Amino acid sequence: MNKPWFAVRKELSSRRRTFLAVMSFVFPLLVWSLVSYVPFIWHPQVEIIEPGEVDYFRTGMLVDRSIFEQELETLRAEGRELPTGTRTNPVYLPAPHEVARALYTAFSTEPQRRNENWLHESLANSIQVIFWGFFLSSLIGVPLGILAGTYVAVSRLTEPFVEFFRYLPAPAFGALAVAILGIHDAPKIAIIFIGTFFQQVLVVANTTRKLDPSLLEAAMTLGARNGGLLFKVVIPGIASDLYRDMRILLGWAWTYLIVAEMIGASSGITWFITQQARYKNFDNVFAAILIIGIIGLTTDLILAWLGRRLFPWQRAARA
Amino acid sequence: MTYLDLPSYRDQSPEVADRFRRLKERPVILEVKGLTKTFDTAQGPVTALEDINFCTHQREFVCVIGPSGCGKSTLVRTLAGLEDYTSGEVLLDGRPVHGPGPDRGMVFQGYTLFPWRTVKKNVMFGLELAGRGRTTAEEEAMQWIDLVGLTKFANSYPHQLSGGMKQRVAIARALANQPRILLMDEPFGALDAQTRAKMQGYLLEIWKNIDVTIVFITHDLEEAIFLADRILVLKAHPGEVQELIEVPVPQPRNASQFLSPEFLATKRRLEELIHPPGEETEEGINGDRLNMVRMVPVNAKVESVF
Ligand SMILES: Nc1ncnc2c1ncn2[C@@H]1O[C@H](COP(=O)(O)OP(=O)(O)OP(=O)(O)O)[C@@H](O)[C@H]1O
Ligand SMILES: [Mg+2]
Repeated sequence: MNKPWFAVRKELSSRRRTFLAVMSFVFPLLVWSLVSYVPFIWHPQVEIIEPGEVDYFRTGMLVDRSIFEQELETLRAEGRELPTGTRTNPVYLPAPHEVARALYTAFSTEPQRRNENWLHESLANSIQVIFWGFFLSSLIGVPLGILAGTYVAVSRLTEPFVEFFRYLPAPAFGALAVAILGIHDAPKIAIIFIGTFFQQVLVVANTTRKLDPSLLEAAMTLGARNGGLLFKVVIPGIASDLYRDMRILLGWAWTYLIVAEMIGASSGITWFITQQARYKNFDNVFAAILIIGIIGLTTDLILAWLGRRLFPWQRAARA
Repeated sequence: MTYLDLPSYRDQSPEVADRFRRLKERPVILEVKGLTKTFDTAQGPVTALEDINFCTHQREFVCVIGPSGCGKSTLVRTLAGLEDYTSGEVLLDGRPVHGPGPDRGMVFQGYTLFPWRTVKKNVMFGLELAGRGRTTAEEEAMQWIDLVGLTKFANSYPHQLSGGMKQRVAIARALANQPRILLMDEPFGALDAQTRAKMQGYLLEIWKNIDVTIVFITHDLEEAIFLADRILVLKAHPGEVQELIEVPVPQPRNASQFLSPEFLATKRRLEELIHPPGEETEEGINGDRLNMVRMVPVNAKVESVF
């Protein structure tokens, strides 16, 4: 009945697991709300309501609390009209409800400038770039990785170069990619490709090498040779680990998105974020970041669920 | 210590002697001639097997026994073709073998079932490779699964089975290829005593019913005597054949024979060969004695009962 909450590597009941998963989101939200709504927690700045007789104060202006108090002292000493204000947080920390509102308006109001995209258009564009970059990378990277993990000859032929190339930062190829591929989505896809591909080959090769060699030996005593070993043992044997690798690599692909969207004709969700940050619309910035997080988490949950269907033989398919 | 008055392990009843005579008239399946295997290691070459010679006849059950590290695993792996040998010859039906093949089935101590395949699919693995159609492969596989008594579990995955059941699947999977010879490397080593005894019974039952020659590695003397027609005793450093013992216990075997004079005589002989008296100081086991001090608090009232 009363099982301990902390037992080394013991499963929790599904109610506790759900509860904790919800709490993992509730806690940060709680901290955020406290900092935003409880005026005596943090709030390092003051928003001017009445400038009083301070000549550089304007209504709505944010000043540091120390400066405000200093001015207050001086004016009080001189017996002049005092400024008033409320304690606030800096602009870069909007309150939860402001972000929620921004999230709603981002999808419901037209962009302010004509040449700007709707948020969902930016988003769709980003997802396309990620998809093609990741897809093309996997198309070559996964087979190459599997071959490199299976045949020492392939490994020696490819891995030293891949090892060298993976240290070259993908953004360094930005200008080159634009010069070769034009300014639209192609160079962006190329950046995602470069960022993913070389890691992918190495990760997949390592996963392949981790396959229990005694399974290969057993298969050989059952009559399997080269092709049979590859297609009937190696590939099905690593499939579930490979799937998990791909989930992780997909996360990495997102991190290259921000670079990809800065080059050529700027577009996409991370460009939207950069732009909004420049205008100091931090509520929009947070809204967009939230959306990325939600998309990432949802894809991963869907993939995890799919993984459990695909690999029923995995006892604890929990990554 | 007094020993029971046991017959010599060489004494065979007329029936047993007759059986061995008939056995040796059968065709030779596996012939090993001057087999030598050296590993090149960082510390220089290690001779795991030196000049091994023996042969097995059709439907014979041979156990290989010897102290740990004497090269038993190396021997079966070489026979299976998983290791290549330095010199000598391995002949299967008179033809030299190189590399692994479906004519020599193998069962490993660590089950080695394919975790992504169900029991049925595991057994079908070799049949698929041999190019059987899906339905024939399935039918054949089900027969083998039935033989090892796992029909109910045909659609289970290996992780849902107990160790003994896994090993039965591994046996069925190896037998489905109808190999000329079945090589088994301590297949029951990881099982508890009861399960192991049961598995030995199953294995003998299977062996009686199909045409297969078995080479079985073990370090359990009783297991070797219970199962084998003949026991190949290896000696360590380098691995050499010490003796090939014809087990005088009559066939078919059953558990009541464990205390028969022939059984005990054979066991005593094996003990002598594997743990020769006064050997303790060789083998690098010097200084491997327990260093006993009575670990009891001084004022504890624990009386010695010795
Ligand atoms: N791959 C290898 N490389 C180098 N030496 C090896 C290798 N495999 C085995 N040996 C050596 O060969 C000898 C025989 O090993 P083997 O595993 O065949 O013994 P074993 O009789 O099966 O022992 P056990 O009863 O413990 O299973 C040992 O001395 C071991 O160190
Ligand atoms: Mg061994």
